[in-house]
Amino acid sequence: MNRPLLACLIALVLLVVLPHLGMGDYYINLFSQILIFALFAASVNLIVGYGGMISLGHAAYLGIAAYSCTWLVTHGYGQLTAALGALMLTTLVAAVFGMLALRATGLSFLMITLALGQIVWGLAYRWVALTNGDNGMALPARPAPFGISLNGATSFYYFALLVFACAIFCIWRMVHSPFGAALKGARDQPRRMSMLGHDVWMIRWLAFILSGFWAGVAGLLFIYYQKFVSPYALSLQQSAEVLLMTILGGAGTLSGPVVGAVIVTLVKNVASSYVERWNALLGLIFVVAVMFMPHGIVPGLVQWRRAATRRKAKAVGLVPPTAEPPRADTPRPAPDAKLERSA
Amino acid sequence: MQFWLIQTLNSVAFGGLLFLLSSGFSLIFGLMRMPNLAHGAFFMLGAYFGASFLAWGINFWLAALLSGLAVGALGLIMERGLLRRLAGNGQGQVLVTLGISFIIADVCLMVWTGDPVPVPAPQGLRAPTFFIGYAFPTYRLVVLGVAILAAIALHVLMERTRLGAMIRAGVDDMEMARGVGIPVSRLFMLVFLLGAALAGLGGTIGGPIMSAYPGLDADMLPLALVVVILGGVGSLAGAFVGSFIVGFIYNFGTALFPDFAYVILFLPMVLVLVLMPQGLFAGAAR
Amino acid sequence: MTGPALEITGLNKRFGGLPVTRDVTITVAPGERRLIIGPNGAGKTTLFNQITGDLRPDSGSIRLFGEELVKVKTSTRVAKGLSRTYQILTLFPQDTLRHNVVLSLLGLRGVRWNPWISLSGRRDLFALAEEALASVGLGDGGTRLVGETSYGERRRLELAMALAQRPKVLLLDEPLAGLSQNERNGVSELLTTIPRDVAIVMIEHDMDVALAFAEQITVLHFGQVIVQGTRADVVADPRTREIYLGE
Repeated sequence: MNRPLLACLIALVLLVVLPHLGMGDYYINLFSQILIFALFAASVNLIVGYGGMISLGHAAYLGIAAYSCTWLVTHGYGQLTAALGALMLTTLVAAVFGMLALRATGLSFLMITLALGQIVWGLAYRWVALTNGDNGMALPARPAPFGISLNGATSFYYFALLVFACAIFCIWRMVHSPFGAALKGARDQPRRMSMLGHDVWMIRWLAFILSGFWAGVAGLLFIYYQKFVSPYALSLQQSAEVLLMTILGGAGTLSGPVVGAVIVTLVKNVASSYVERWNALLGLIFVVAVMFMPHGIVPGLVQWRRAATRRKAKAVGLVPPTAEPPRADTPRPAPDAKLERSA
Repeated sequence: MQFWLIQTLNSVAFGGLLFLLSSGFSLIFGLMRMPNLAHGAFFMLGAYFGASFLAWGINFWLAALLSGLAVGALGLIMERGLLRRLAGNGQGQVLVTLGISFIIADVCLMVWTGDPVPVPAPQGLRAPTFFIGYAFPTYRLVVLGVAILAAIALHVLMERTRLGAMIRAGVDDMEMARGVGIPVSRLFMLVFLLGAALAGLGGTIGGPIMSAYPGLDADMLPLALVVVILGGVGSLAGAFVGSFIVGFIYNFGTALFPDFAYVILFLPMVLVLVLMPQGLFAGAAR
Repeated sequence: MTGPALEITGLNKRFGGLPVTRDVTITVAPGERRLIIGPNGAGKTTLFNQITGDLRPDSGSIRLFGEELVKVKTSTRVAKGLSRTYQILTLFPQDTLRHNVVLSLLGLRGVRWNPWISLSGRRDLFALAEEALASVGLGDGGTRLVGETSYGERRRLELAMALAQRPKVLLLDEPLAGLSQNERNGVSELLTTIPRDVAIVMIEHDMDVALAFAEQITVLHFGQVIVQGTRADVVADPRTREIYLGE
């Protein structure tokens, strides 16, 4: 059994056992929030980390799913219908926006996504007849899948955990699939990939759509948890925050966005009792991370451990293990080396 | 009729403000090839500084200048301390500016709290001006005047000074500029300082119109982006024209189509970006 | 296939005011070994870029086995049997040699769109990749990272990736660039082992290797075809010498 798999299993066991460790509802809810934003960050990561395209408008997908689900439920549709309808709408919007944004790369792509995000936010903010504007919309009740109530902190947590685990599993499979390899290849050498027969635009567009879909799933979890959505959920700040999570933790790795989400959510909720202004703290952590661990915390830690192992081996006079070659320091996100080993 | 005239004046005044905000943004973007995502925060900081200076009894125009200098100094520190170390890593620089914007926004919230802080217009300019039988808010006329002055000053800087020539060269062709010995990193520092100072100045000047409130940064930054995309990255003339276009679209859009104000504002930007064949950096600094 | 493998007719391209390809007409038969030579700036790589679709010509036609390519996107051209190596290496440095070739193999297989199955479970692709690596002399060590290999090995990898696609027309852009004499011998040896059903169009400056390799030669200068024909004819032609010595 290799290291990453073991780590995942341990994490999973801990997560399942969590609510029974005697902490109050406040903390269980906190973990629910972490799961929601970890999924959101993971969805952004498909584009930013594995696709290599920085997007500043992803909150739009979270928000569209949350708002449309709420709208459908308050207009008499069943929870399941509302959820499916919301996901379909979100995915459709992602497809259309992707077509627009992918006319460009790099900075232009960033700005198109930002502008599209602002358009959606503007609609939520201004089209009061539809969205209730700044007052937001309230979801009457959480769904009760198979009759099981999700009102309790613990039951909702398990629901979120289940959805999160399924989603991460799907994303994990995608990352290690031929499509995932093509996506990463298109990130690293797009011209080369074209010349090898890969349709780079299509690869990116499909990744964009998948990314929007998973962000929509996160949006559903979000609205079920909060039972309330306001234009803030679609704002530039929200898009920036989730981008921060992804990059802080390590774009282009599977665990990175999760780590990022953990850090940011903890800072927001826990540190705010000690430090008055958590946003500033967040910004500071981000700046430090970008300056000193540009690939993010997870790859940064991996590299430190590697360097430490090599130093130790050299000191003892052992030949360094052949599986640990020096890594070229590029400003591009690095693929998850730990998981690559098992190939 | 009054409505249309007032809206026009508001648009023009807002356009002037946008020019103070976007000219610096455009120069930074054009020269350093990087959208400074902290630019909205610079503007907001300028507004807050202005409010505080005024509260201490400092003359309005002096306060505006001081705000500009203060924010400019901050920009300088940011460029030398952070951005310089990430030279060559454009992505990293953008992200750092994003992080800085978070920090500035929160610090402002901490210092000035969450309520909007008014920035009173100078005493003499509060009464309306009467022209062809209509009353116009005098201060907005003055804002337009300030913007035009700034535009002229910048034009002179860019066209008639050595510094301006170097900036234009850098925007046009960085490699070539380096090749002929232009001190590029010092240029970056100066342009960033200038851009930040303009934003800070603009924040105070705009204070009487917009006041200083949390979220001002997130409201202004996207507008600067629209202006620069429509007007051309690195182009002062483009920033000038673009600012007024956006000023009009924003004001009339909000007044006439309140539900879709943001769509009207950002859709042109999306269209320009999507349809643009030559990419972002086609314009030269003029 | 009786028609030409690659038929370029009246190709023209300008960059602003500068003509870089002027009325170029070249016909390459299936299995032919064609060499394109010319001084620096003659427009050789630009020509390649138009054949592959990285650049759009202003006028003219490019036919691959009779099919017009000019409006077809690059990845589709590859599917029709076109392959290319680059003068400046564009490999995937943080991946293994084997993975580089696998990406090449995937480019022509429908499975590349599959987002669910595990790539590492596809032993058949790995086997094909190893085969391709072996054919260029990189048989063992396919699990090394590209970042750990020598420049000569990377040139071979570049070739392996192109050959793994079993192309019908192969464009080689300076395959020997930057190699030491030893490595040159190795790689040029390799070029002779490429199957005979593949038409090869090569840009190369190393005259020894190039001339030994070529059956047909096209001489480009300032974007125009100056001399074209069999090796013997072109070598003997006074214009060829003028272009090189007159420089």
